[in-house]
Amino acid sequence: MIALPEPKAEVLARRDDIVAGLRALLPADAVIAEPERLRPYETDGLTAYRQIPLAVALPSTTDEVAAVMAFCHREGVRVVPRGAGTSLSGGALPLADAIVIGLMRLNRILSVDYADRVAVVQAGVTNIGITQRVQEEGFFYAPDPSSQLACMIGGNVNMNSGGAHCLKYGVTANNLLGLRIVTVEGEIVEIGGAHLDAAGYDWLGLLTGSEGQLAIVTEVTVRILRSPEGARAMLAGFRANEVAGACVDAIISSGIIPVALEFMDRPAIHACEAFAHAGYPLDAEALLIIEVEGSVEEQDRLLGQIRTICERFDPVSLRVAQTAEESAAIWKGRKGAFGAVGRISPDYLCMDGTIPTSRLPEVLGRIGAMSREYGLQVANIFHAGDGNLHPLIMFDANDPASMHKAECFGADILKLCVEVGGCLTGEHGVGVEKRDLMDVQFTPTELDQQRRIKSAFDPGWLLNPHKVFPLAAAAA
Amino acid sequence: MSVLAPESEAELAASIRSAWEAGEPLAIQGNGSKGAMLRPVQAARTLSTRALSGISLYAPNELILEAGAGTPLATVEAAVAAAGQQIIAEPPDLSALLGASSVQTIGGVVAANLSGPRRVAAGAMRDHLLGIRAVNGTGEVIRSGGRVLKNVTGLDLCKLLAGSHGTLGVLSAVTIKVLPAAESAGTLVLGGLDPARAVAALSAALGSPYGVSGAAFLPAAAAARVPALAGLGASATLVRIEEFAVSVAYRTARLRDDLARFGRADLLDDPASRAVWRAVRDVVPLAGGSGETVWRVSVRPSSGPAVLEAAEAAGGCGMLDWGGGLVWITAPTAAAEAVMAGARAAGGTWMLMRAPETLRAVLPVVPPEPPALARLTRAVKAAFDPKGILNPGRVFAGV
Ligand SMILES: Cc1cc2nc3c(=O)[nH]c(=O)nc-3n(C[C@H](O)[C@H](O)[C@H](O)COP(=O)(O)OP(=O)(O)OC[C@H]3O[C@@H](n4cnc5c(N)ncnc54)[C@H](O)[C@@H]3O)c2cc1C
Ligand SMILES: Cc1cc2nc3c(=O)[nH]c(=O)nc-3n(C[C@H](O)[C@H](O)[C@H](O)COP(=O)(O)OP(=O)(O)OC[C@H]3O[C@@H](n4cnc5c(N)ncnc54)[C@H](O)[C@@H]3O)c2cc1C
Repeated sequence: MIALPEPKAEVLARRDDIVAGLRALLPADAVIAEPERLRPYETDGLTAYRQIPLAVALPSTTDEVAAVMAFCHREGVRVVPRGAGTSLSGGALPLADAIVIGLMRLNRILSVDYADRVAVVQAGVTNIGITQRVQEEGFFYAPDPSSQLACMIGGNVNMNSGGAHCLKYGVTANNLLGLRIVTVEGEIVEIGGAHLDAAGYDWLGLLTGSEGQLAIVTEVTVRILRSPEGARAMLAGFRANEVAGACVDAIISSGIIPVALEFMDRPAIHACEAFAHAGYPLDAEALLIIEVEGSVEEQDRLLGQIRTICERFDPVSLRVAQTAEESAAIWKGRKGAFGAVGRISPDYLCMDGTIPTSRLPEVLGRIGAMSREYGLQVANIFHAGDGNLHPLIMFDANDPASMHKAECFGADILKLCVEVGGCLTGEHGVGVEKRDLMDVQFTPTELDQQRRIKSAFDPGWLLNPHKVFPLAAAAA
Repeated sequence: MSVLAPESEAELAASIRSAWEAGEPLAIQGNGSKGAMLRPVQAARTLSTRALSGISLYAPNELILEAGAGTPLATVEAAVAAAGQQIIAEPPDLSALLGASSVQTIGGVVAANLSGPRRVAAGAMRDHLLGIRAVNGTGEVIRSGGRVLKNVTGLDLCKLLAGSHGTLGVLSAVTIKVLPAAESAGTLVLGGLDPARAVAALSAALGSPYGVSGAAFLPAAAAARVPALAGLGASATLVRIEEFAVSVAYRTARLRDDLARFGRADLLDDPASRAVWRAVRDVVPLAGGSGETVWRVSVRPSSGPAVLEAAEAAGGCGMLDWGGGLVWITAPTAAAEAVMAGARAAGGTWMLMRAPETLRAVLPVVPPEPPALARLTRAVKAAFDPKGILNPGRVFAGV
């Protein structure tokens, strides 16, 4: 288990005063302090870690957020921001001496402008909520994390979340124009706006993916895009990971960039098929799901070209969707992957490293060997176009030894990602989970540079501390 | 002024380390003698990264390229073109506009976050910057990002340093994402629209499902200076599609129907299209204009026409890119207040790209920051460059 530091006894002792102070700032129902009502906030998507916070504040406006932040700053109270709490790296995990500031009540879409193709939304609007609001006009918000029904745009900004279609549309950072933030001192600041490439330092870029370390985000100006005429998927099964990898290379080299290019290994195929009955080929070692966009004729042409490329690699199975329904069927298994693995194993860790795409076969080979060594099953899902690898490690959380092995296995995979030229996290963030691995990827000098930036925003290290940066070294 | 041109990252770090020890400011340069940009830097010595040149890694199938910061942009462009790929953000060559002729470097383009017409659809230089190596103001080597397309490990210093104009660190190498170049390009031209109608047409085009990758408006005077458009004798509203050739044909036909309410659109073929967009990218229609100042204003697209008109009313001339959101202006010195007021009224931002030194020393070359941001700017600057020796005063006085 990753250690969380001792809470400050001095703050715990002032708990009642702190709660009273919050109650003076917010409506009665917006401050939670009763232990049983705090329980829903004790964990996020990394459920192996739990901690009841000091209290929870649920502001409904930016001004309320600013008031809470100013109060906590004055009182020296730590703050953990929280969106929907779907973080898989423990980013929203509370601390015993911190209040959780939940942004879910900031849930309004403030404006939509189709001519300028922007929408201004509050931080607690769900990712899917943006697309649902604009889809009648034929628009959508592009980044589509699998958690999009629940996760909130403020969380997406802070994690720089990606999705299955980011090969074409980019990740969250590429789809933002502006933010309204509250600083740790409680000041409200506008970043960017409805225009591109604001002058001065790229605050928007720095805040995106900053995991709640620098400021609280209360409003987000996102780009909305017109949906393509249509999209269709195909599926190709291959005899070996190497072969599927070579096929991905050949597709990219042909000049075609599909909107999605997903890879599943044998255990993932079997798990998903048993769960979703999507008709995946059980005799394949590796499966690709490839999606293209455009008019029906354009889709036909692109899928035809990709099909021809796939055929050069002796596929065991090749299925091109002819209709939207067939396309949905192909995606069904992949989209249910987490649920599918959850059915095989009571608990699993979803890892999230990135590797150079050319190293995939080698990396999968070594993960397979580790899986045998640790005696834990693993299924691999891979955004093949951009190198983002999600090994799902299956274990039993009721058995501390199994949990420990799973964490060690996960850490070994991430070290391997760095060793082959990749990184610790492609989209889930460092959070608590990968905090102590940061020095595998960065030198002490580099970590100090990052810490000094954190200090520039948050000199007292009150915002979401004990995440992202290894504990050992003190604040710079 | 003496110029240091270290030949390795270690030498670069050593140069900065000794400047830091001596507390001696450095003017940071790629290759250019861009005397005319932003605020004049007061420094005894110039540090150039031009000798850190060369492509160290290019993997077309992984869509990545790494090069020394001093690598000429043209070298990078030629290498990717040879593999049928391109730099996604389509960075401009502003030498004609700005009256300089030095070879621009990839590090300079990244440090200035300069992007061309495709930015409206495909993102800016900073959006495709995957990794950097840089030396901070105390001589420490800092890496951020890496060589993979997706990476959220730690704070994103790539974006922070892109567009920081050499004030936080000196880039020694950059890794960028590249993409296959489209097989073909086609451009629809609508003649004679006024700026507001033109931007409405561009919005309709960018709001269509056809993947428009360029959307610009040239007033009649500007259009007259582009050979393929001169025959119009009127303003030109331009909509580009870059795709496989069959898709260019299909999509331009559909778009032409969709835009019929704005008039009859002509179609430029692939070579004409490329020539026109190179001119738009490099802002050639405004080059050699009467104005002593060159401004780049970024606003929400629907506000572009008002910014353009405000500049014209003050004696300037201009053109619109990015669907109306990017306004290029050349204007007499006296128009400065009008240009800034126009940008401010639209809630946008500006950058003074060229002006006499006397003017640049007194005008805000970018909008002044509100106090809370100005404080963060100083704090973040100090976090990289505690003695303020890297390009002091380049963007903001005292930073
Ligand atoms: C089933 C499942 C599938 C997933 N699929 C994907 C996927 O495909 N791609 C992907 O990228 N991620 C995925 N995730 C991870 C997760 O959904 C994302 O990280 C998401 O962006 C988190 O949003 P959230 O609202 O739940 O934020 P939270 O989990 O509440 O918080 C995330 C982090 O941001 C901070 N934070 C949240 N809101 C704010 C704010 N307003 N201001 C400041 N800081 C804030 C928190 O402190 C925390 O550090 C998945 C998670 C699950 C459970
Ligand atoms: C405000 C502005 C004004 C401009 N004015 C002109 C002009 O008058 N004439 C012209 O031809 N082009 C001009 N340009 C274009 C631009 O300077 C160049 O096209 C581009 O930056 C590359 O040229 P370069 O390599 O010579 O870089 P330079 O022009 O030398 O540098 C561009 C900027 O980046 C910084 N920089 C350069 N290399 C590095 C590095 N390795 N690490 C960190 N920072 C670095 C410099 O300090 C400078 O601020 C201007 C751009 C801007 C944003």
